[in-house]
Parts: sequence; C-alpha cells; structure tokens
Amino acid sequence: MVDLAVVDYGINNLHSATRGLERAGADVEVVGSPNGLAGADGVVLPGVGAFGDGMENAGPFRGALTDVAAAETPLLGICLGMQMLLSKSEEAEHAGQGDAEGLGVVPGTNVRFRSAPTVPHMGWNDLTVERDHPVLDGIDGEYAYFVHSYYARPEDEDTVAATTTHGERFPSVVADDNVVGTQFHPEKSGETGLRLLENFVDFCAERRA
Amino acid sequence: MGLTKRIIPCIDVDLDENGEAAVYTGVNFENLEHTGDPVEMARQYNEAGADEFVFLDITASAEGRETMLDTVSRVADQVFIPLTVGGGIRTAADVRETLRAGADKVSINTGALMNPDLVNEGAASFGSQCIVISLDARRRFDEQGEHYARVDGESCWFECTVKGGREGTGVDAVAWAQEAEERGAGELFVNSIDADGTKEGYDVPLTRAVCESTGTPVIASSGCGGPEDVHEVFTDAGADAALAASIFHFGEYTVDDVKTYLDERSVSVRR
Repeated sequence: MVDLAVVDYGINNLHSATRGLERAGADVEVVGSPNGLAGADGVVLPGVGAFGDGMENAGPFRGALTDVAAAETPLLGICLGMQMLLSKSEEAEHAGQGDAEGLGVVPGTNVRFRSAPTVPHMGWNDLTVERDHPVLDGIDGEYAYFVHSYYARPEDEDTVAATTTHGERFPSVVADDNVVGTQFHPEKSGETGLRLLENFVDFCAERRA
Repeated sequence: MGLTKRIIPCIDVDLDENGEAAVYTGVNFENLEHTGDPVEMARQYNEAGADEFVFLDITASAEGRETMLDTVSRVADQVFIPLTVGGGIRTAADVRETLRAGADKVSINTGALMNPDLVNEGAASFGSQCIVISLDARRRFDEQGEHYARVDGESCWFECTVKGGREGTGVDAVAWAQEAEERGAGELFVNSIDADGTKEGYDVPLTRAVCESTGTPVIASSGCGGPEDVHEVFTDAGADAALAASIFHFGEYTVDDVKTYLDERSVSVRR
C-alpha cells in the first residue's frame, strides 16, 4: 500500500482530502511535524485561505517540503497548497506581506484574476489538458470544483499541464515531474477528482518501485 | 465553457422517534414528512450528479447537535462534492466544530442576523469561501423597507424573518445581504417564506434584487416545482446556483432531468 503524508499546518478541514486519498487506495497519515514527511511515498500539501498566512503557518515544513521535491518524491499541492509551491504571490503584496516567500519549487508568481467576470472564481469549471502527466491520465475536458481569487503563473510554460478559463485562461494544473499542483479541489470534484487522486497514488507507487 | 450553474439538492435533517438522524420534507416550513436516511440520500445525490449538497439541521437541540455532527461526518465520508451544513450555528465555536466534522461551508442564518460580527469573525478565521449567509425573506407591501421591487404591479420590499418565517425582524433583506457581503460572506443563500413549499417557482423578484445589489454568488432557494423554475431563476433573476428539495426527494425529477432541460436551453451545467 502507498503511504501518503498529508501536511497538517493548522488548517481546519483535512477531513475531505484525507478521505479522498483513502478512497483512492492510499494509507494516509496526517502529519503535524516536518520530520513526519521522511519515508512517505508521497506528500500532499492541502490549503485554504490566504498565501501569507499559509506560508507563515507552514514555515516549519519549508525545509522538509523542499527536500521532498528535490528527492523526486511525488508532492501534490492542492488549491492554496499549489500556490505555495511557487516563489511568491501578489496576494501577500496586496495584504502588505510582500516578503512572504513561497516554497519556490515551481518558480513563478501567483497573480490575481484581472479580467474575470467574478472573483472569487467559485464553482465547477472545465479542464483542458495542455501536457501529459501521469496524474492527468484519463482526464480532459472534465469539470472540477474551484474556489480561489489568485492563480499560479509559472515562469516555465512547460510546467503548465492543464488550463481553465474564467474570463482569462489560467493554469489549473502545474506539473514539473514529481511536483504537481491543482488549483481546484480534487477531493471535492466528484469522480474526476477521485480519478486524479487515484492517478497520484499510482504515480507514488511507480516512483517507489 | 466557463463556470457552470450549480444544482444543489438540500435535505432537512431532524431526529426521528429513535433519536436517529432522518430526512424530513415540509410545506411552508411546516407539516414535516419523514423521507429517508441522510447518509444514503447524500450518496445517491452524489451519484446522480449533484454539484453540491446542503444539509440543514432542524433539530435545534443540544442532543440533536451531537447526532448531527456525527451524521455530517458520515456524509462527508461518502460525498466528494462540496458539502454545506446549516442550522443552529450561532458562534465561532459552532462554525469550527461543523467544519471539523467535515463540512466545507457553513450556512449561518439567525446567528449572523443577531450577531453580525460572527460573519467577520468566521471569514477571518476560516476564509470567506466557507461562510454562507442564509436569509429567510418574506414580501412586505408597506413603507418600512429600504429596497423596493415591483411584484404583481405593486411596490414590495423583503424582510428578514427568524423562526422559520414566523417572526419578522424589520431588517431589509437586500440591505442585510449587502452588509453580509461587506463583512466577508462568501455566498448568499436566499430563501423565500412566500415561495417555500409551494412548488410554484422561486421568488424571482427577491432573488433578482439580491443578485443585482451584490457581487457574491447567490443560491436561490424555496419554491422549486421543476426544471422550468430553475431555468427561470438562472435566466431571469441571475442566480448562480439553485437549491431544491422535494422535487428530488419524491423522485419527480432527477438532478440529471434538470440539467438536461438547462443544457437544451444553452445554460451551462456540469454533465
């Protein structure tokens, strides 16, 4: 069985991410301290709320998470967790926390929607796959559930694995080999989301082998 | 394609004679009828293509609350779509324990009206995305409101009520919706006392008034009798989501029937 560590840095609802990964066949441990990430077959960084607060709360995990990324262990960031994979965010600048530094494992900046009809972008929207990645196996044109006002803009266009359009086209999945981020919530995206989580669990199993 | 309109089944949950959580359906917030097991129903709606799911705790008792949180947690184990839980949420501690049980959003009604700071507090601690402000509005044809709409050729305002519509508050529903948005509400859940249980359609003037005066997503509720009512509240009132209870419970329509109807009329839905 694949052992996954879900990073608990003080956000409230880990229930659905954990249940979704269990449904996808993983053995899940919710980990509250950085040394708990060592030895996991894959790591999931969930997230909800503001970038500056998220980075501050996840501060103790910074080193452990960049180690996971460097060790080529699969790392999945969800929603704010995806944005935290990047280097910085306009959100922190807008909130007067301009120095809030992301993990930087996917170089780039999170930016606010500029021409969206509504912000936050909330509800079901469809995914267009731009580049193959094992986590997107069997997924293209499906709907996923989003809630966010900012989105990731990686420096390297090749790391954009899927896009979605809400007034403007934005990266809804980024993937750089073992590091993957989804702007939507796979654990809330019905069958499509469960499929992605299953793909991630399979990816972890392959990497371990 | 862009964002789709959302179809949201809702269940009202009370304790049955054995103290177990059970689903009830009523007319005009009264005459409740026992219609099923909440966990099983949530599972079925999930499979039927519901976009979200709303679970209202109508027990209004301390013992009920325990059972409800347990039920919420069992529903959250089964349902991999957003789950909103409402009913009896009065304090930040209530918000916290409901989210911890597995809800993605809480719907706050009287608790926010009585203590508007709860909206700010909830949004600051847990994020706006999980704070849904629910209001039970009724039509009033007098001079005491702030925001007026034309209803049946007359000038009408909408008053927030409490206790399932039995008590008025004098608060203008549109003004309250604007205030709730400013305080950090992430969604507005608009119920109509006049339309509830009638199955004659949503209160379009009410829903339109809230949609036009706020920028927050609006979930229309109360009065749905079929797919054409959902179509009307999306196209005529501008709602982002439509909630329905009895049309689904009694099997008159499936979620897919409603989505097919909308799809055929070029309203974007998740299929």
